[in-house]
Amino acid sequence: MLVNVKINNMEFQEDSSLTILQVAKKHGIRIPNLCYMMKEEVDLEHKPASCRVCVVEVKGRRNLVPACSTNVANGMEIYTHSERVRRERRTIVELLLSDHPHDCLTCGKCGNCELQDLSVELGIKKLYITGPMSQENVDVDEGSLRRNASKCILCGKCIAICDHVQSVGAISATNRGFGTKISLPHDCVNCGQCVQVCPTGALQQIDDTRTLEKILADPTKYAIVNTAPAVRVSLGEEFGMAPGTNVTGKMITALRMMGFKKVFDTNFAADLTIMEETTEFVSRLKSGKNLPLITSCCPGWISFVETQFPELLNLPSTCKSPQEMFGAIAKTYFAQKAGIDPKDMVVASLMPCIAKKQELKREEGMFDGMHGTDFAMSAKCVAKLMRRCGIDDLANLPDGQFDDPLGASTGAADIFGNSGGVMEAVVRTASLWMTGQVPKAVEYHGVFGAHNTREAYVSLGDDVKLHLCVVSGLANARKVLEDVKAGRVHYDAIEIMACPEGCINGGGQPINKLYEQKDVIAMRKEGLRNIDRNKAIRVSCENPQIKTLYADFLGEPNSEVAHKLLHTHYSNKQQTFEEETND
Amino acid sequence: MRTNEEMFNELDRFIEQECNCDEQELIAILHRAQEIFGYLPMVVQAHVARKLGINVSKVYGVVSFYSFFSMEPKGEYVISICMGTACFVRGSDKILERVEQILGIKNGQTTADGKFTITTLRCVGACGLAPVLQINDKTYGNITPEDVESIIAQY
Repeated sequence: MLVNVKINNMEFQEDSSLTILQVAKKHGIRIPNLCYMMKEEVDLEHKPASCRVCVVEVKGRRNLVPACSTNVANGMEIYTHSERVRRERRTIVELLLSDHPHDCLTCGKCGNCELQDLSVELGIKKLYITGPMSQENVDVDEGSLRRNASKCILCGKCIAICDHVQSVGAISATNRGFGTKISLPHDCVNCGQCVQVCPTGALQQIDDTRTLEKILADPTKYAIVNTAPAVRVSLGEEFGMAPGTNVTGKMITALRMMGFKKVFDTNFAADLTIMEETTEFVSRLKSGKNLPLITSCCPGWISFVETQFPELLNLPSTCKSPQEMFGAIAKTYFAQKAGIDPKDMVVASLMPCIAKKQELKREEGMFDGMHGTDFAMSAKCVAKLMRRCGIDDLANLPDGQFDDPLGASTGAADIFGNSGGVMEAVVRTASLWMTGQVPKAVEYHGVFGAHNTREAYVSLGDDVKLHLCVVSGLANARKVLEDVKAGRVHYDAIEIMACPEGCINGGGQPINKLYEQKDVIAMRKEGLRNIDRNKAIRVSCENPQIKTLYADFLGEPNSEVAHKLLHTHYSNKQQTFEEETND
Repeated sequence: MRTNEEMFNELDRFIEQECNCDEQELIAILHRAQEIFGYLPMVVQAHVARKLGINVSKVYGVVSFYSFFSMEPKGEYVISICMGTACFVRGSDKILERVEQILGIKNGQTTADGKFTITTLRCVGACGLAPVLQINDKTYGNITPEDVESIIAQY
């Protein structure tokens, strides 16, 4: 129903199903808030109305009302920034700050913290409310996450995203009253989506840039880096560029300036993944066993299946992820070629992801007693390190080129960063092998009633008709897996990415406050598609450096050497609690 | 003493037959689990979570919220002293003091032999009998600090 409302003396006609916050936003009035979250891209609205920062004055009502959870009504006269509102809002934030450590200067979130911004906005100059602190100011590291309960304002965004978008439910509110805090994660998959929504420094990723700085300065170490597809269209945002801007060349130059001896491309390893995975897929199709094949590039998803669906561990491809394949090839093939002892090599990767930090530690991924990758840096962390190394104007750096022999890639690798990309890359190579032709783009259609879940039928020749599924976001993946388990659907292959829309929306990506997240995702997605369209070669098996790698070193896909270096296995990782752990 | 397996089997029967593995019954299930095991260690919480198909963090959230649930083993006999308004104004703090004195432990602690645990609670709904003390399921009303010793001696 349309109603007439007045906000700050301006008259609007709006639907009564909208809240004051929504109407104000629509008309360019920003009402500050800390606990409200609208994520259109995952269809999630979180409004616990717990922070009270969005309170506004409604004429005729004695108390201020929270704008996030009060609908507009006919004849309402609202003042969002009256003197009274500003005064009350300031008190609310002062109360939050009275139970918050004042160590902004050394907090990892400094400069990016919504609470800090709000304090500045409201002109809080002096903190006069004092009292006991509800939590001790200590950092607790768990997996890729650093948690500090004393910095938490209990907005519940992390719980909402973990429960509803990822269906992992790793964290929850524990205890009560003044002592309430967010629990240590149980069965966390380290996707990092909680870190992306935390308004303060309570949940951060572990920042190991200082260790990397030392390694880069150590003359006895040979440090090389490889860069994931999704980072080249997001890193620019940390330096003021629009989402989706392709900064590949500038990123290469910056990494060289920082001291990496070689800058290689994770895309090369993505093409390699496609060679191995397509071969595996074709052989599973022939045998009819262990279908559907599920992609294994995403470490968040792998943790999820190992902790939540241990009965389905025969389905993920045995292929390591591109990061892990890269490490294995770098420390064997490249080390031999360059005459370097792999023990002196430090392999770093630049990732959109923080689960990659855990993936590289997997014992299942070891070969010759070594781990392939030593360091996984997120886009966010690497931008910090670049600044520390004097790189501030990324846009004006000259374009560099990836080094040989692990630097060439095809368009099929670039799209790994988008949900659906790995599947499309597999189809391109499988089709070329089986029919001699590359199909036009795979045409997906959404699954009715399911979010971020798409299906496609693809014909390879006359007798092979594939039913494929692409799903991102773990709650969506859970639904598909339940259906597969119950035999309600039959797919030949499924691509699963833990983060909604894939790596372009990964847990280590820059947080962009200038755009809505759904637009950021769309722009990054288009950025990767453009790179793919403009590549001369767009099918993984035609990558010349990959051909050389097989001819000189690996033999053929799924060969014995390939199995040793490029494949892995999975195991049930449900937490057992034999050792009592108390929070 | 029952084996772990027997205790888990009893809990499973309760969860499956009486609660239909329904997440909504979580609190009832935790009550029964605490009855069976005496307390709710993480293994039991994880077991309940898997049975109900929810994450253990959700179970832990509920367990930590209610003071009735305990993650520490309790004594054979739990002495609960009511600190609700009616009992308190009729001197239940003195009762607590006396219990602590006799057993040589503080509120929340368990005796070294594992026989007694002292806890406090808020209102058992027997305000007419204030002050009230409970030992496991048995309620003692209208008591004075002088009565405490003879009550404890019965156990």
